[in-house]
Amino acid sequence: MSDKTSGYLDMELLRFTTAGSVDDGKSTLIGRLLYDSKAIFEDQMEAIEISSQKRGDTEVDLALLTDGLRAEREQGITIDVAYRYFATPKRKFIIADTPGHIQYTRNMVTGASTANCALILVDARNGVIEQTLRHSYIANLLQIPHLIVCINKMDLMNYSEETYENIKKEYQKVADKLNIKDVRFIPISAKFGDNVVDASQNMDWYKGETLLNLLETIEILDDRNHEDARFPVQYVIRPQSDEYHDYRGFAGRVASGVFKPGDKVKVLPSGRETTIKAIDTLNGELDIAFTPQSVTLRLSDEIDTSRGDMIVAADNVPAMEQEFDAMVCWMNERAMIPGGKYTIKHTSNETRCMVRNVNFKVDVNTLEEMEDDKTIGLNDIACLKLKTAKPLFFDSYKKNRNTGSFILIDEATNETVAAGMIR
Amino acid sequence: MNEYNINHLRELEAESIYVIREVAAQFENPVMLFSGGKDSIIMFHLARKAFAPAKVPFALMHVDTGHNFPETIEFRDRLMEETGTRLIVRYVQDSIDQGKAVEETGFDASRNKLQTVTLLDGLEELQVDCAMGGGRRDEEKARAKERFFSHRDEFGQWDPKNQRPELWNLFNGKKHMGEHFRVFPISNWTEMDVWQYIYLENIDIPNIYFSHEREVFMRHGNLLSVSDFIPMRDTEKVEKRIVRFRTIGDATCTGAVESEANSLEDIIEEVAATRTTERGTRHDDKRSEAAMEDRKKEGYF
Repeated sequence: MSDKTSGYLDMELLRFTTAGSVDDGKSTLIGRLLYDSKAIFEDQMEAIEISSQKRGDTEVDLALLTDGLRAEREQGITIDVAYRYFATPKRKFIIADTPGHIQYTRNMVTGASTANCALILVDARNGVIEQTLRHSYIANLLQIPHLIVCINKMDLMNYSEETYENIKKEYQKVADKLNIKDVRFIPISAKFGDNVVDASQNMDWYKGETLLNLLETIEILDDRNHEDARFPVQYVIRPQSDEYHDYRGFAGRVASGVFKPGDKVKVLPSGRETTIKAIDTLNGELDIAFTPQSVTLRLSDEIDTSRGDMIVAADNVPAMEQEFDAMVCWMNERAMIPGGKYTIKHTSNETRCMVRNVNFKVDVNTLEEMEDDKTIGLNDIACLKLKTAKPLFFDSYKKNRNTGSFILIDEATNETVAAGMIR
Repeated sequence: MNEYNINHLRELEAESIYVIREVAAQFENPVMLFSGGKDSIIMFHLARKAFAPAKVPFALMHVDTGHNFPETIEFRDRLMEETGTRLIVRYVQDSIDQGKAVEETGFDASRNKLQTVTLLDGLEELQVDCAMGGGRRDEEKARAKERFFSHRDEFGQWDPKNQRPELWNLFNGKKHMGEHFRVFPISNWTEMDVWQYIYLENIDIPNIYFSHEREVFMRHGNLLSVSDFIPMRDTEKVEKRIVRFRTIGDATCTGAVESEANSLEDIIEEVAATRTTERGTRHDDKRSEAAMEDRKKEGYF
């Protein structure tokens, strides 16, 4: 095997999301990242050149690279979350590209739910505005571990260091208010490529990294929870064959923590204790399994276990409750029904729940908590008290994104109506 | 390096296995669509990993246009036999004979679009409630907006403007009678990831992915394989060239590329250096800017 080939097998995966409107140059920035990192192919470039000409544009519009649907290209808007891919020798990147205009909160929450990192775009001409606050609030609510504030359109501000420093200072106030831990700043021009992939010739006062450099090197491994061993049982494997007559394996994805053969574990909800007998895969047994691996666990004792149960460390168990408070983002045109019943999906578990109370609703523009407003509709964010038909096994979302998150499903339409994070 | 590090391929693998297991858990009668191309081959490989040591708990389904590369069919049948997997085949020819689909005419005629009729009929007949497909979001811009769990109405149609939000790894497969789901377990893989994974896992693939000599002719910038089902114009010249296929679809619309790559290492290096997308060799996407979007809305893969 050549060095070149082996290099490809040694990359990390980073998922990031972008927050900003078309006017902030978000699509142009993504187009620029893809173009300068050579992720755009000739036939794609040709296709957008033709589209640009058809629309009568004089320059090739990099934003067209990210508009997938006919209506989007015709109206020059983005409708839905789209996923983009590119890779450098160090990392493979997945971009959740969320639209700026329509249903912003719903789409950003979707994109943010799986992201390791968020790019917050700020137009250097406007500085920190209401929208910046809203984006930062959502990124923080979803616990995206790293934020990169891209101060864009520096070319329109004569690449002024003073402009950059002022916006940085302004934003730092937002970060302090929201208690955001890891935030970094980069002055860029997406249109001309300054500090996106290549260092800017126009801003030699900026000594920091380019955006791509930062995306390649941000430390993401420690963001995962390797402390609390949690294994939601997804599927029970029982081969109907003579060779594996008595085999019972519990298939699932490690939600957090680490499992090893011999570890003392408890199965919820029964609470019965046993040990891990083996960790199986098609290619043989493993001596360790950790998040986010998909494996199959075998237990030393026969304990009645099925989908929706959770195998956890015997000495470190999650909460097991039927009532809890959660921050919820409403994602459906049908408003929340007070006291209404919904299906709740949490890890591999599913049950019914009832909205007991609206504790408060958040004004995402001022971050004010409104206790009197009980109407929750599309794009609203609120703190709800929920009661479930059977206990859920959970950790707070702040501690554990996998065991602290859930969705609500409307029982009449089957649509996913809300995303929730347990407090 | 942190001891709990896994590379991008293992992370993608874990995600896909998770999705496939969700399908087995949430649906009563799922199938996995299988064309014999590399994407469906790795998807099936991931399915075997998901349920080992048990067999894959669903059937594979091939929608056969009749315009195949013989190498692909031989490969398919061997793989099914070796793994003891149940294969369901539905033929586009049958849909044509029943008058449900009408054969295109002319030099560029293709059965690619007709597959949708056969597929939807097959799903209805077999009462399939979920069909897994090997579609990837990096393939094409309409696919970039696709969910892992994609809801289809009772006509099998995709409504891209009204998709369910998909958060974390919580998949909502709830549906009304008559509706079904398409699930794409390898959504987040790129062409490069697929090749790297085939290399990493040493997965067997049809030999036409590797360099070989073949009789071809040039049409619309694509090198098409000479075969009985493609009528040729008088001006089109048959030549022998050293080629390989980057994708394997219907033989009438899948072009070959000139290539000397005859090992997986060579292919990976070739993919890294290539400047066109793999769907650039797919004639079916070039019919209009929204060709894929239109086909997907009708119920295509």
